[in-house]
Amino acid sequence: MKSSVIVFPGSNCDRDVAVALEKNQIKNQMVWHDEVELPKTDLVVLPGGFSYGDYLRTGCIASKARIINDVITHAKKGGLVLGICNGFQILIETGLLPGTLLRNKKLKFISKNVFLKVTNIDNKFCSNYKKKNVIQLQIAHNEGNYFANKKIINDLEDSESIAFKYCSENGEIDGIFNPNGSSNNIAGILNPKKNILGMMPHPERSIDPLLSGEDGSILFEGLISS
Amino acid sequence: MKISAEVINKHGIKPNEYKKIVLLIGRDPNLLELGIFSAMWNEHCSYKSSKKYLKKLPTSNKNVIQGPGENAGVIDIEDDDAVVFKIESHNHPSFIEPYQGAATGIGGIIRDIFTMGARPIATLNSIHFGSHTHVKTKNLLSGVVSGIGGYGNCMGIPTVGGEVKFNSTYNENILVNAMAVGLVKKNKIFYSKAQGMNQPVIYVGSKTGRDGIHGASMASAEFDANTEDKKPTVQVGDPFAEKLLLEACLELMKDDSIISIQDMGAAGLTSSSVEMASKGNLGIEIDLNKIPCRERNMTPYEMMLSESQERMLLILKSGKEKSAKEIFDKWGLDFSIIGKTTNTKKIVLNFNKNEVANLPLDSLSKDAPLYDRKWIKTQISKKINLPKEFSSLKILDSLKKILMSPNNSEKSWVWNQYDQTVMGDTIQKPGGDSGIIRIHGKDKGIALTVDSSAHYCLANPIIGGKQVVCEAWRNLVAVGAKPLAITNCLNFGNPEKDKIMGQFVETIDGISQACVYLDFPVVSGNVSFYNETNNSAISPTPTIGGVGLIKNLKNIMTQNLKNIGSSIMVIGKNTGHLYQSELFREVLNFNDGQPPAINLFNEKNNGLTILTLISKKLLNSVHDISSGGLILTLTEMCITGNMGAKIKIPTTNIGKIEYLFSEDQSRYLIEIQEKHIKEVTKILDKNSIYYELIGKTQKEYLNIDKEFTIEVAELSKLNSVWFKNYYKD
Repeated sequence: MKSSVIVFPGSNCDRDVAVALEKNQIKNQMVWHDEVELPKTDLVVLPGGFSYGDYLRTGCIASKARIINDVITHAKKGGLVLGICNGFQILIETGLLPGTLLRNKKLKFISKNVFLKVTNIDNKFCSNYKKKNVIQLQIAHNEGNYFANKKIINDLEDSESIAFKYCSENGEIDGIFNPNGSSNNIAGILNPKKNILGMMPHPERSIDPLLSGEDGSILFEGLISS
Repeated sequence: MKISAEVINKHGIKPNEYKKIVLLIGRDPNLLELGIFSAMWNEHCSYKSSKKYLKKLPTSNKNVIQGPGENAGVIDIEDDDAVVFKIESHNHPSFIEPYQGAATGIGGIIRDIFTMGARPIATLNSIHFGSHTHVKTKNLLSGVVSGIGGYGNCMGIPTVGGEVKFNSTYNENILVNAMAVGLVKKNKIFYSKAQGMNQPVIYVGSKTGRDGIHGASMASAEFDANTEDKKPTVQVGDPFAEKLLLEACLELMKDDSIISIQDMGAAGLTSSSVEMASKGNLGIEIDLNKIPCRERNMTPYEMMLSESQERMLLILKSGKEKSAKEIFDKWGLDFSIIGKTTNTKKIVLNFNKNEVANLPLDSLSKDAPLYDRKWIKTQISKKINLPKEFSSLKILDSLKKILMSPNNSEKSWVWNQYDQTVMGDTIQKPGGDSGIIRIHGKDKGIALTVDSSAHYCLANPIIGGKQVVCEAWRNLVAVGAKPLAITNCLNFGNPEKDKIMGQFVETIDGISQACVYLDFPVVSGNVSFYNETNNSAISPTPTIGGVGLIKNLKNIMTQNLKNIGSSIMVIGKNTGHLYQSELFREVLNFNDGQPPAINLFNEKNNGLTILTLISKKLLNSVHDISSGGLILTLTEMCITGNMGAKIKIPTTNIGKIEYLFSEDQSRYLIEIQEKHIKEVTKILDKNSIYYELIGKTQKEYLNIDKEFTIEVAELSKLNSVWFKNYYKD
């Protein structure tokens, strides 16, 4: 499997996700935002960070970068696209995923470990997780409060397009386990075809037992196993 | 035009210093030249009050590649790796404008690291605020924390440690000390010393604006009622620009185009150009029309004294301009050839084809004033009686009070606003004795800590200076790291006062004694004087940043209790010393008396023995005993391990309260599995270590002798509420 990590000015998790991909035998290339065409690739990753300093609105300027046209083409052809943190924000700004990401409810940056319930495993990214499993990943963001109108939220629920929800250690989904105020505790969503995943938590930071566990590795392993 | 005495005074230049300027250059300076002198001769840049004493600090040993005098210190961490680190203050700006002050403090220290060719891999910070009841504290604390996070998070550098303290001594002068650490290959270190004539001088990074003009002079004066008016001297940070500058510089550093490089920090273009040229014994000529400006009609004076952020000065090998420019173009940053090196030993500035300044470099650097300030020894308080409320103290109530105090509360409210895990190498996050960062792609790591103990220094600066170095040493030891070197940030009041100068001189003496004994050299640092408002100075606050090496990450140690039924042992001698302890300060509000003494022999012996025990895998957990004494240390081990303990206080001539709350130094609390006790005690006996087995770990409850039993979960709750209540969130 081949992947391309897009590097925007201000990306800062590009190296981290490249390490995670390569650790799982995915052949990765870094692609500069100003390129016109993607190299031959199965998976495009939009990494975390502060593309363009988060100026104007998170992900907004990056969504107009030159390479994005080809990312959209790749996605529409059914190619895999993974947006993590700032990458999720960019995916929303491109219109590939619905809704918006507001500032965290308490208006503060949040960096911590959170528990997540895997709510859909019927997609390439989550194929190695077990449905309704509780996993632990890191979040680190200022604008991760997922918001959309009722219809969109209902559509996401009905089409099983929510990949991860914030929960307790035992898997209870409740407002008190919601770190940032997201609607329905949403931490990550898929498009209807399930080839695009946007998520606020960082799977690439949980690939090592010495650090924050290995629950992130399962996502990368899933990409190559199926 | 002759410059008026008032203008000279406004530049912070004393009449005798002005006379010296005239003598050195053989004429009156013009206004621009006076501004340049003011920038170079102020305390912040010239170290004119501190230099004499800083020389007494040990700054080298076999691990030191670069000591003080460069952008940051460099130490060898074996193989071909080196670690670059420094701590710096941004106190004055942070008080005036907390968000931007703290943010640009982080930005400045990170720039110092990558200027040396290193990729920044971690930051730490030590922040001190006034009393939590002071009207400004709430706003200052939240502003500083979000400023630190706002900058560091955007740069993508993890924050792995720090301290947050409150004391009324900082009511009108908060402290924001930031430390950054970078990783570099030993043969790819870059320095600031210029070499060779007629080499192009390049300006890269953000444009120059009118922000921060005379920032360094502002940091070299006391505050008064008009402090608020100084807001325009605070710089405004743009972490995005710095991230681009970081990547562009590291990309350019892959080859050998750069002769020397210096960031434009305090005193901006002035100090960077003067320092680079004078270190190389050269001259420098700059065409100010080539400076990229953010605003229109900027004058030479403004350009030279602006402290706009995210700028660098490079001297390139001539012929490399084109390839270098391509890199900066790619990252969307300004790149301007603004001048060249010369052999005149002068700085010459041209503007609109006129020479607007011409000064001998020696007059700005080597001939800057040096003071041998008057100082007096700190009065050491004589033996005093115990506070009268002492006899009525209850152990559990006192413990609860300490756990709930702002200084000892769990601080995740602060740390969770900092990205701690970006870069994927954070092994130990904030909250342990030291942060631990893995060297990317390897099995080794470095341990990092920042520490200060201002109340000890106020009571006895020599002991306090020793203690704070030992505290850093101990924190590194406790995670299994071999302590290598330190950086120090010396925060004091006005050095023109003999009492303050005395605190400074004696603190340095203490720091120096400990560093020499422990072979723990100082490789970088900064001095922040004039932390004083309306004649009231802060307590002397040296902040020590320590770095240690962990050769094999399999051998790291943590403080959380691990197994039920294992033994708990105290390492080190308890004399029951309570003066200057958290018990006296937080519970009885009693601040008199001497801090606990430091025995450097025991410090080193205990620490090295702990390292031996860790490397032999004989210990389950280790936590150094510091503020709050044995009982607070044990409570923290219980809380982080989610486990209880049953303690029997040994029968000695020390009272129970003294035994539990004493802050006697050089001590550790360790958890040992039963099967290892014999071997551990054998090693302790062989090394002549004081030790005592005091109890065992158990489920859920902390039980102290016949005194009390309490659920650890309850202690944990008490420890975690203060910040949430303070901010009602």
